[in-house]
Amino acid sequence: MVLTVVRAGPLTLVQDRGRTGLAHLGVPRAGPLDRPAAELANRLVGNGPDAALLEVTGGGLELVSDAGVWVAVTGAEVEVDVDGAGRGLHRAERLPAGSLLRLGAPVRGLRSFVAVAGGVDVPAVLGSRSTDTLAWVGPPRVLDGATLPVGVPQGPPEAVDAPRLPRPGRLRVRPGPRADWFGSDALRRLCQAAYVVGADSNRVGLRLEGPALERVRTEELPSEGVVLGAVQVPPNGQPVVFLADHPPTGGYPVLAVVHPDDLWQCGQARPGETLRFVTGA
Amino acid sequence: MTTLPTGPAIGGGAEVELRPCGRDAVLAEVADSAAARSLAAHVRASGVAVTEVVPGARTVLLDGVGDRERLDGVLRSWRPDVGEIAGELVEVPVVYDGADLADVAARWGTDEEGVVARHTATEFVSAFCGFAPGFAYLAGLPEADAVPRLASPRPRVPAGAVALAGTWCGVYPSASPGGWRLLGRTDLVLWDPDRDPPALLAPGTRVRFRAV
Repeated sequence: MVLTVVRAGPLTLVQDRGRTGLAHLGVPRAGPLDRPAAELANRLVGNGPDAALLEVTGGGLELVSDAGVWVAVTGAEVEVDVDGAGRGLHRAERLPAGSLLRLGAPVRGLRSFVAVAGGVDVPAVLGSRSTDTLAWVGPPRVLDGATLPVGVPQGPPEAVDAPRLPRPGRLRVRPGPRADWFGSDALRRLCQAAYVVGADSNRVGLRLEGPALERVRTEELPSEGVVLGAVQVPPNGQPVVFLADHPPTGGYPVLAVVHPDDLWQCGQARPGETLRFVTGA
Repeated sequence: MTTLPTGPAIGGGAEVELRPCGRDAVLAEVADSAAARSLAAHVRASGVAVTEVVPGARTVLLDGVGDRERLDGVLRSWRPDVGEIAGELVEVPVVYDGADLADVAARWGTDEEGVVARHTATEFVSAFCGFAPGFAYLAGLPEADAVPRLASPRPRVPAGAVALAGTWCGVYPSASPGGWRLLGRTDLVLWDPDRDPPALLAPGTRVRFRAV
């Protein structure tokens, strides 16, 4: 069976858990930007954790299935309807053959995850069905008119009692490898201020605007490996949180690293919204 | 910062400095890129549970660390004096017609033939990858031959361009903007997702350039 994408919206990508073990060759990890939401979507339709699904940025997706199938939409708060009839978020819904599934524009959050029972079965590239938008390794971006093969459903859909999604809060940070380049109270300064999400944020990084983080060591940093969630500080002092498509190595010092369980908030933060950091755990 | 002595240092005072890197990773800082390559190879060979081993210019990032105590033991057992790991040798045929050949010649105090002679006589080694999939930072030029990056990067450098920046040499796997100084071009495919490994010049690979 196949899904036909009538409208792809501003940015729709196929994502699975991403590519690991290839960072030393310059290949980003990719994977969904809101991991808990993606995992929930797969669980709801009875998929295993490795199944590929759609990450829809900014809503606007419309698709049709050529056979009846279970689907689930999680993540950003969007209106979901099937042939014009409203459907729920965060629950398995039946999409009849030939019916149109439509996502509105997000009211809160930015990225929706659409899982289909059996998973999106496009060919894997380097062991993953994730698209990274830095080097464009992986399946092509989903465009209007695309047809996406669907795999064989693995289990029954989750009927009730979907596990609760995490709630937003401050982003917990731990020291990064170059925290000492910013002075002894640098983490405290990062956590005191509010940072506004910049308009040029994307899957590579969340660009933040706020009080500049000044360095006490100003020499050039030789290129070094960078982790997911790294808070990198370029010379202008405005922090960038590295997200799933970040380059595997970087040349600016990393002050802090966001807790992996809080990173999903960076994937749902809209330009103009405010984020705060807190040290700990 | 924790300083982890690597045991009896042969050749004097070599050590690994461990820098914290969030919950799941640690950055091991060593003396230079040769030491980073050696440490990365040592960690891989040890079989210790880590998701990523990413050598840098003088660091190795160890991400997805399963058992920190065991990893510390592995780092302690590394001896920086074991010498260069002799990786596979790849010969790269180059047409030396790059836009910056004359500029590099002037900086090196020679002519274009002199640049070609010096470049083809050097054995490079892939220190680490970054910038783009399969883009290898090739070490081997002496400090005296370092060349600065262009003040303003070119909007498009073609795939296969062979270029220098600082003491690094690199070959662009795909067309991209770039600020390195262009010596020439090769037809070799640097990056192919359908090949295993997909990067021709993975870290540790020895590289020689040949004029064609």
